[in-house]
Amino acid sequence: MTHEMKTDKKNMVVVEGSYAVAHAVKTCRPNVISAYPITPQTHIVEDLSKFMADGEIPNCEYINVESEFSALSALVGSSAVGARSYSATTSQGLELMHEVLFNVAGMRLPIIMTVANRAVSAPINIWNDHQDSISQRDTGWIQLYAENIQEISDMTAQAFKISEDRDIMMPSMTCMDGFILSHVYEPLVLLEQDITDEFLPPFRPERILDPKNPMTFGAFADPHFYTEFRYQQERAMQNSLKKIEDVANEFYDMYGRYFGGLIDEYQTEDADIIIMAMGSIIGTIKDVIDRLREKNVKIGLLKVRAFRPFPAQDIMNVIKDAKVVVVLDKNISLGMNAGALFIETKSVLYNTDIDVPVIGYMIGQGGRDIPMSTIEKIVSDAEEVMRSGIKIESQFTDLKEELI
Amino acid sequence: MKSISLLAPGHRGCAGCCDAMAAKFTLMGAGEDCIVVSPTGCLEVMTTPYPETSWDIPWIHSLFENASAVASGIEAGLKALGKQGTKVIAMGGDGATMDIGLQALSGAFERGHNITYVCIDNEAYMNTGVQRSAATPYGASTTTSPAGKVSFGNPRPKKNMPAIILAHGSPYVATTSLAYPKDMIAKVKKATEIEGPTYIHCHAPCTTGWGFDTSKTVEVARMAVQTGLWPLFEVEDGKMTKVRKIGNNKKPVEEYLKMQRRFKHLFTMEGGAEEIAKIQALADKNIEEFGL
Amino acid sequence: MKIVPGAVCEAGTSRVNKTGGWRTFKPVYDYDKCIKCKLCELLCPDSSVKPREDGYFEFDYDYCKGCGICANECPKSAITMVLEEK
Repeated sequence: MTHEMKTDKKNMVVVEGSYAVAHAVKTCRPNVISAYPITPQTHIVEDLSKFMADGEIPNCEYINVESEFSALSALVGSSAVGARSYSATTSQGLELMHEVLFNVAGMRLPIIMTVANRAVSAPINIWNDHQDSISQRDTGWIQLYAENIQEISDMTAQAFKISEDRDIMMPSMTCMDGFILSHVYEPLVLLEQDITDEFLPPFRPERILDPKNPMTFGAFADPHFYTEFRYQQERAMQNSLKKIEDVANEFYDMYGRYFGGLIDEYQTEDADIIIMAMGSIIGTIKDVIDRLREKNVKIGLLKVRAFRPFPAQDIMNVIKDAKVVVVLDKNISLGMNAGALFIETKSVLYNTDIDVPVIGYMIGQGGRDIPMSTIEKIVSDAEEVMRSGIKIESQFTDLKEELI
Repeated sequence: MKSISLLAPGHRGCAGCCDAMAAKFTLMGAGEDCIVVSPTGCLEVMTTPYPETSWDIPWIHSLFENASAVASGIEAGLKALGKQGTKVIAMGGDGATMDIGLQALSGAFERGHNITYVCIDNEAYMNTGVQRSAATPYGASTTTSPAGKVSFGNPRPKKNMPAIILAHGSPYVATTSLAYPKDMIAKVKKATEIEGPTYIHCHAPCTTGWGFDTSKTVEVARMAVQTGLWPLFEVEDGKMTKVRKIGNNKKPVEEYLKMQRRFKHLFTMEGGAEEIAKIQALADKNIEEFGL
Repeated sequence: MKIVPGAVCEAGTSRVNKTGGWRTFKPVYDYDKCIKCKLCELLCPDSSVKPREDGYFEFDYDYCKGCGICANECPKSAITMVLEEK
């Protein structure tokens, strides 16, 4: 399926990324919003609060909780009574939610949460990287990463549709780079109410807390049952692989916009060098690719949109004929000296016939700027790998040796 | 004939379980049109081993420290969906209420959700094996505040939880006891009918954790009230509107303490009498303060 | 059986778990002494005191754990705890 995008200039407005998200949430007709302010997520919840104050979100309650822990906990209750439930957070707030994240996924509550990705303390740092959401990798949340504010806006509606599907019933994090996307003003088409009402059906879960048909939620499972509940969660994650693709295609059919399903590709068809990355860095990489293509460098981009579920097959299909794969990670698994996307990508290639060298770069930690020259330097490393093999498998980028 | 209880038999509570009684009385006061949230603890574990549940009403458990937040979300969700009349109740132990869940509880009460919180206070972490909590009384031996050669057990008095809730401006705060089921049922009914966040603190002796015969749950609870160690009162809109008088039935704390293994050391250790006197002073203070 | 995603249970299903087997002593009524005050029914932690049509009560030995609260609290001493014969 091809996804030709037409620029819909007459419907475009210039707004802040956070406003675009808040507007998208409103358009999805949430019933309960529960959030705690934290930089750089604040503008999202402020805009939602203003919508509430102006009576623009009907049949909705906004809970001004006392912590992120309670923000998500309140949504456990609201989602369990059948209310469409939304939150937004980042960094320390997301880390504070850790225990609740597992709980939400295990209880199969399709809550949607925007994560305005930010580095984690210590040292405390409010700027962007992906350490916060990556560290929640195993909690059972679908994780989608957006490239620009149009994508994070559109992704919000897609996430509700994916998560609330009865074959899925797993929560989703829609991830946008803090400040870089949350605070940037760009032209976009705000999520359209009329199309969204058609695209996203009302939330009607199979089982809810209801005195007319009383049920118990959150029972404990002993060793006789626990494994099977975990298996069901994994199966739902696997089901979501196709659902994420289907929903992206359906979205394209109805709205005319497409930013990829599980992944997206740019100039990969004949590429010897393929760069893999997630989030707003995608734009920079595309600019570098355009420049290098003019110099006949055969280089392409594999944008990973879904980190969980991990699109192993789609990734393999794209990189199988490349001569070198370069993975950029805005996170580090300390003690492994590597980023998560790099580790996962290598792991899916093992036990296959694909024999392509993979190198990893940990980049943009704590909001460190990523200029095009840095990407170009990485590409020249990759060219060296093509010529003479891997010398350094995974490394920090733009490390200031003089500070160490 | 229909059972008066909305807590089904077959639960795994100990014989003489205080939690089962408190839950049963709470549901008798609330009626069928309610949703109950319980934090992690004995009540949760003993009533809901998958695929069985003892709850005949809709019930949810999420985590240990978030029952009040979950209740907030249920209340908000029902409101948003236009579902009226269903009572939202959070019901958990003293540890979940007064220690780990205090922040969420404070948040929910400050925000003014229309919920009722019932604290089943058995004065220690029973589910994990009788460890000390903020509700453990002065002088009680628990597994993390054991009496020993240089210790008389827990060195601190109980946290005054009703006062903390009152400071939130709750329209209805009451204490009750398993020894007075009709009192508890009436108070729960009243609490759930009052708009806003209301609070019931139920004193609930635990046969296993406190060390007394399974038949004595009610008797021990009654003795706590009759000594003045556990005053029963109601506070409506900040004003004390009702206090249960002890009158001529007043008992010395010694009679209460000697019924329980957790205070046994006070009767065997040198200096125990002074410790008992300190506990008597706590009771006397209550008697004076509440006019028992 | 098939497990339900999210570990959701149907209400009141613990009734399959007959806890009567835990009992060492079992409560027995002396109906001559009973004044139908309902205190035993009210206090029972295991909802094992069942009302009869005639206003008296009977024990549900399927669930009664033999805690003895009913006997201890009965104002007329109409309940005695008798060693269970297995």
